[in-house]
Amino acid sequence: MGEMEELRKEMENLKDQITAARKTFQDTTLQEAASGVTVVGRVQLKTRKTLRGHLAKIYAMHWGTDSTLCVSASQDGKLIVWDSITTNKVNAIPLKSSWVMTCAYAPSGNLVACGGLDNMCSIYNLKGKDGNVKVMRELAAHTGYLSCCRFLSDTEIITSSGDCTCVLWDIETGTEKMVFAGHQGDCMSLGVSPDFKFFISGACDFTAKLWDIREAQCRQTFSGHESDINAIGFFPNGNAVITGSDDATCKLYDLRADQELITYQDSSIMCGVTSLAASKSGRLLLAGHDDFNVNIWDMLKSERVGVLAGHDNRVSCIGVSSDGMACCTGSWDSFLKIWN
Amino acid sequence: MTINTMAKGGWHRDQMSCFRKMEKVIVAMQDPDMGMKMRNQRLLITVIPHAMTGRDIIDWLMKKYNICEEEALHLSGKLVRYGYIYPLKEPRSLVLRPDESPYRFQTPYFWTSTRWPASELDYAIYLAKKNIRKQGELMEYEKERYSVLHKRINHTWDFVVMQAREQLRASKQRRKADRIVLECQEQAYWLINRPPPGARNVLDMGLERPNNTARVTVNSEYYKNEIETCKRALGRNRVKSSICLEGFVKYSEQYQNHDPIMQGCLPSNPWISDDSAHWTMNLETVPTPTRLRVERWSFSFMELLNDEMGRREFMTYLEKEFSGENLCFWQACEDIKHGESSRIVEKVEEIYRNFLAPGAPRWVNIDSKTMDKTLSGIRHPHRFVMEDAQMHIYFLMKKDSFPRYLKSDLYKNMLARAIVPQETKKSVFPFMRRQRHSSPSPAQVATQATEEGGNAKGAGQAGTNSAAGSNV
Repeated sequence: MGEMEELRKEMENLKDQITAARKTFQDTTLQEAASGVTVVGRVQLKTRKTLRGHLAKIYAMHWGTDSTLCVSASQDGKLIVWDSITTNKVNAIPLKSSWVMTCAYAPSGNLVACGGLDNMCSIYNLKGKDGNVKVMRELAAHTGYLSCCRFLSDTEIITSSGDCTCVLWDIETGTEKMVFAGHQGDCMSLGVSPDFKFFISGACDFTAKLWDIREAQCRQTFSGHESDINAIGFFPNGNAVITGSDDATCKLYDLRADQELITYQDSSIMCGVTSLAASKSGRLLLAGHDDFNVNIWDMLKSERVGVLAGHDNRVSCIGVSSDGMACCTGSWDSFLKIWN
Repeated sequence: MTINTMAKGGWHRDQMSCFRKMEKVIVAMQDPDMGMKMRNQRLLITVIPHAMTGRDIIDWLMKKYNICEEEALHLSGKLVRYGYIYPLKEPRSLVLRPDESPYRFQTPYFWTSTRWPASELDYAIYLAKKNIRKQGELMEYEKERYSVLHKRINHTWDFVVMQAREQLRASKQRRKADRIVLECQEQAYWLINRPPPGARNVLDMGLERPNNTARVTVNSEYYKNEIETCKRALGRNRVKSSICLEGFVKYSEQYQNHDPIMQGCLPSNPWISDDSAHWTMNLETVPTPTRLRVERWSFSFMELLNDEMGRREFMTYLEKEFSGENLCFWQACEDIKHGESSRIVEKVEEIYRNFLAPGAPRWVNIDSKTMDKTLSGIRHPHRFVMEDAQMHIYFLMKKDSFPRYLKSDLYKNMLARAIVPQETKKSVFPFMRRQRHSSPSPAQVATQATEEGGNAKGAGQAGTNSAAGSNV
């Protein structure tokens, strides 16, 4: 036991040194840095479309790379691809397991993926020859539930799981290419960097980790949250990570400064953050909460500038379309709403 | 008032921090000096002490947290939904009405967090008491649950009935007023923890995530790994926070005009006007692109490359300079990185033949060290074998060709030709005004603020946009 104690002390010591080193690079406050920035004023978004069709809680949604298609997954066991501008359902895919927790749209628009308590990531081909949507692959190797998945291309996908690991898969062969282990709690969500070289994961050990996809290494770890991190995303220029947690706050961690720079919190916000998305310029942060609302933050001033209150139950997922035009929220009330 | 923060069952931990925050508010509301003024409320013919109206609650929250009425309604609604405040008039309707409706604080004994999780045994005792007290007056759903419980915990049923009788006997010895209050509190507790069918269950946390047995084991191996990671992390280069924050500010300002949620978009936002002209104008294959799009190409090299049309334009420029092979090479490497595994070997060979072999038709200029490394790597081709060479060429283009492209006539002409869409006219029917922007332009709002005596910081800055100079 003596050796373990020594090692633990050494680790703690190094961690303290890292904290001290990070502090020396904090040479300004957010107020000073953003003092010259114009105030945004009250942001009021209206619901433009409501997508009805799911019969149970919606757990996840993801926009395609074109401007109007998105996919949503619900506990009613369906994966629906929507043309959100007409509100038509392009595909309604029945799932083998209704305990779905995540879904993703491939950048090419050819594939969608989903997974959940079945511990598997199922890939569906939307552009099959005979027009039917079929399961193309079932990626099974995780020993825990699938919390999130994101495509890198039509041949690679990254998944995060309740078994505390993230995995990069080769879709063609259906095998694990790389395992990213290091978190000490369930990995709850992941985000891919704009240049596809890195990805970030947020977990129930209250930390976020930046991983190098090519080298399967954890490059940086960010802590500071007091509870599970449920949502994670990159700032649009790829230089910062934004996290949302059950402690009801969102934080911005800069990759180059290697530390937390901004916290978005308010004493009147008590319920955990379930999902988040940034507007195209990175100026606005939209965070969905357990208390049925979405809070809109001015990211540079760390002030709340708006609220989206239109759901009758928890907002479970949120996304901004790739052209930045609209924001979509999905909720346990079984509806998706498009706002702008 | 101790709040039980020990997690009883791992997955319920996340609700606890939410409870703690609400409890802080509740405690503040009951503060003898700064808290709410309680009064006696009339409910029909009874007078209830220590009660407050919905209106009082809203006003107090608005003042204390400096929030608007809508927000206070939302916050107080939460407090009622989670059982910290209960309504006296319609106990089953867990809503906060901002009027004279009377409400009371729930006693900490009956806070959801205190007796977490609500036990089946307690529920059985509660239903049994109700059954005994008002013979056969359990609600339909309560009767069903009562019989389900009776079957499930039949072995302890004697204990349940005994406890119920005991508690009823004890309550008979209380004053009538106290007895009624206790009954109300207990009822409120069970309305939250065992909601009637159809009512929303605030304690619903979603899918029951199975307990994780494959957790990380903390042993010396683990510590050694952590120490290695820490040592690496300690030595990393860091950038001052001022520079980083400035980077975000610059990026946001640069992209502000390209952010439709903030600035609206021309000719009109398709979501609002139902007119998809904006998307038609920005398709990959339009003959003339929009001005905003061409401006974006100058923001960073990746912006240019990520746009099909931009990439084509850049290729045209490079070919004029006889360096088109660089972009072709880069594209071919991308294709390997993101394409099918089965074709990697053949693609690598093709690249070698076309770009790297001595005397290759489209030979790319790579430094000898990288070339040697790449050539030896080609013997065992894999997805990233071209990475170093690709990076070299990428930076070559970015540092050299890209800035010159932005200064070239080709780009300048494209920018001049680019369309600035006209805003679609308002609808012909005057009574069908369609909103162009969903939110007022930041410049307008800022001006209003200035007029109202706020600070005079550049309201005119909102529209400026630096198109010159690449920025990555």
